Amino acid sequence: MTSLRQGRFVAPIIGILWLLVIATTVAVAMSFATGAAFRPALAGSVLIGAGLGVAALAVGNVWALIGGGTVAAFLLTLAGFGAVQVGEGVGLGGILLASVLTGIGAGWPLHSMLDGHPVGDLTRHEFEEVVIRFLTGFGYVFFTAIVVIPFYVMVMTSLKSQQALLANPLDFTVDLGAGWDLFRSYRELFQDFHFGSYLWTSFYVSVLTVLITLLFSVPGAYAVARLRFTGRAAFSRSILLIYMVPMIVVALPIYIAYSVTGLRNTILGIVLIYPVTTIPVSLYMLQGYFRGLPSEVEDAGLMDGLSRLQVIWKITLPLSLPALASVSLYVFMIAWNEFLLAFMLLDDPSKFTLTRGVAMLNSSEVPRQHLMAGAVIATVPIMVLFLGLEKFMTRGLTAGSVKG
Amino acid sequence: MTAAVPPKGTGPLARREARLAWGLLFPTIFSVAAVIILPLMSIFWISFKPIELADLRPPAPVVRESLRGRPAAAGDMAEVEYRLRNSSQQEVISGVTLSDAWPPGVTLVGDLPEGCDLTGQKLFCDFGDIDPGFSDRFRVEVQVGQAFFDWGGDPEDSEPVVTGSAQNVLTNADFTLENFHRIFDGGEFWSVLGVTLAYTIFGTIGALVVGLFAAMLLNREFRGQGVLRGLYLFPYVAPVIAVAFTWVTLFDPTSGSANELFVRMGLTDTGINFFGQRPLALIMVILFEIWRYFPLSFLFILARLQSIDDDMYEAADMDGASPFQKFWYLSLPMLLGILSVLFLLRFIWTFNKFDDIFLLTGGSAGTRTLTVNVYEQAFAVSNIGAGAAVAVVIFGMLLLFSIFFFKFISREEGL
Repeated sequence: MTSLRQGRFVAPIIGILWLLVIATTVAVAMSFATGAAFRPALAGSVLIGAGLGVAALAVGNVWALIGGGTVAAFLLTLAGFGAVQVGEGVGLGGILLASVLTGIGAGWPLHSMLDGHPVGDLTRHEFEEVVIRFLTGFGYVFFTAIVVIPFYVMVMTSLKSQQALLANPLDFTVDLGAGWDLFRSYRELFQDFHFGSYLWTSFYVSVLTVLITLLFSVPGAYAVARLRFTGRAAFSRSILLIYMVPMIVVALPIYIAYSVTGLRNTILGIVLIYPVTTIPVSLYMLQGYFRGLPSEVEDAGLMDGLSRLQVIWKITLPLSLPALASVSLYVFMIAWNEFLLAFMLLDDPSKFTLTRGVAMLNSSEVPRQHLMAGAVIATVPIMVLFLGLEKFMTRGLTAGSVKG
Repeated sequence: MTAAVPPKGTGPLARREARLAWGLLFPTIFSVAAVIILPLMSIFWISFKPIELADLRPPAPVVRESLRGRPAAAGDMAEVEYRLRNSSQQEVISGVTLSDAWPPGVTLVGDLPEGCDLTGQKLFCDFGDIDPGFSDRFRVEVQVGQAFFDWGGDPEDSEPVVTGSAQNVLTNADFTLENFHRIFDGGEFWSVLGVTLAYTIFGTIGALVVGLFAAMLLNREFRGQGVLRGLYLFPYVAPVIAVAFTWVTLFDPTSGSANELFVRMGLTDTGINFFGQRPLALIMVILFEIWRYFPLSFLFILARLQSIDDDMYEAADMDGASPFQKFWYLSLPMLLGILSVLFLLRFIWTFNKFDDIFLLTGGSAGTRTLTVNVYEQAFAVSNIGAGAAVAVVIFGMLLLFSIFFFKFISREEGL
């Protein structure tokens, strides 16, 4: 083992593994970007990877590595041994671009992984450092790819036409000359499928859910956090228990009850039920926050003659605005994304929420790009909220335990 | 003078505080009881009922009235027709009565049907019991007088009122074990249970391991760390319906980009039906679960990692610990608490998961879990009772998990 832990063995192996990662990444990225055929190849990866790995030990200059990698990739591809092989119809420009990407993607990380390490024996620290850097690089590429690809496909598919999709499912190039016609699927969704009204329904249902949830859970959370009464411990436990009940088990009796009472197919029925699914989470999150507030401030308020309710309104709530924001966002997200209840309880297309509307598009009569356009419409608002208020959202997610 | 002793029992202040607390909690308790507890109890009731989807519309007598003969002038003859039917094909409706107000100027000429009676302009009929699937017409000959035309209204505006009562499957005392027989019958239940456990266990562990990896990646300061953290949360924040349909589109056997990519790369010749064949469909569904929920575990693990004191790592550096040793002997033990809590919670929630599988495969190709089975039985097979029986089984298993969970988590979280 010790004899194998030498720069001259470790560097080429790391180089080959990394080249395989990079070649796959470049091939997938180029395929998705141009729609032409690119594929990673073992022979080229081994050649370039081993070479660059050894070179990274000896050459300290990152530009030399990148340049060398690019030239090697380009020449080998032309010779038919490239790390990224191309199919027919890929011009010289495509090959050059792929080679440059391979060169940068291989040379720069390999430099930071291997630079400064000896050709001979590596210490345990040095060896593990190299492995960890390799894993880190792999991790960034891997996670970014698995997250970005589905969303990329979602957005791009929504801009294509049915024929173009069937002709070449890989071709996501967008014909910018089409102008506004690119967004034809969206226009048709809003014109013919009432997505404007679904968007509005989803919005006000979510906002109402947030308001009702806060109205119910703030007093409850305060009581659990601050007031002493018998059964407090049991209560704060059973909150958690409640939110382990699977929705589908509850949804069946609710469906029956709503069918009998005529609440099915009404927004009222939805607004009655959404908050109850979020109150336990919200109560649990808020009571944790309330406990962290200094009770002396509240005691001072009580001494000065405020009643408990006034204390909550005038002292506790203003102090817990950040927590309220987190909880509101989290609840909004749950209500916006909710699918099961909307699917079971709403059949009338004039009363759909957005998620129910998108579910309706999943039929063989509706083209794929409409479905994806619907998915984009459902995703964008929640993403904008998330990116704009990420700090609150992340805190909400963390505090909301692991509701899913 | 007596010695001061601390008060015993609850004083008036404590009582007032407790009253206020229950008052503040009341809205929550009430709504949760109405929407969660009550349905949970009713599911037990329903699971012993021979009830089908069609039974949700209770049997009722339906009547339609029409005036035939188009009377044009005073003295014309006409016919009032009542069409009575039983909306149910199975149930007898008993005590069926009909009452209707005739417009002015309409006088009876012929015979009234049996059981009917006319007082003034009010018609009242008692039909007794009507059989399942009953449908019949009753005609009454009438003469139309001048008063009718003076009145000028539409005689069909006044709806006849029918009453009648029938057995309602939901509330009668008819019980059966048929539902449980049906779901435990044959090997199906065990295969469903096996799929559920495979999905739950691999999905949970996968999401945890991948999340741990992601947390390790982001547990360092660098430019763009915030951006990457936000990006890696996308799968969880996006609506399940959007990402599930995206996966279906991406992995479509004929027009999916993934298949096209694999064909171009020479990995396969023809399209692979990712969501349509065993056992690939189950693997894909588990991968989706991991993909969608790794952000959550990563968020928690990252939060815990960042709260670990740096001093310890410095001490470990002094002692010459290597990077892997630091991970294995320092980070992992510190993370064990959050990892086990996450495992238990995620285990239960994955077990409860319905939307994901339902949207991806609809429970076909060997991906039917218990929760999907509830829906299948209740709505696809239209047997609500059997669906409820599956729900009862789920609930029982959850109760078992919860007992275990609380034994464990109370120690971990100090709840």
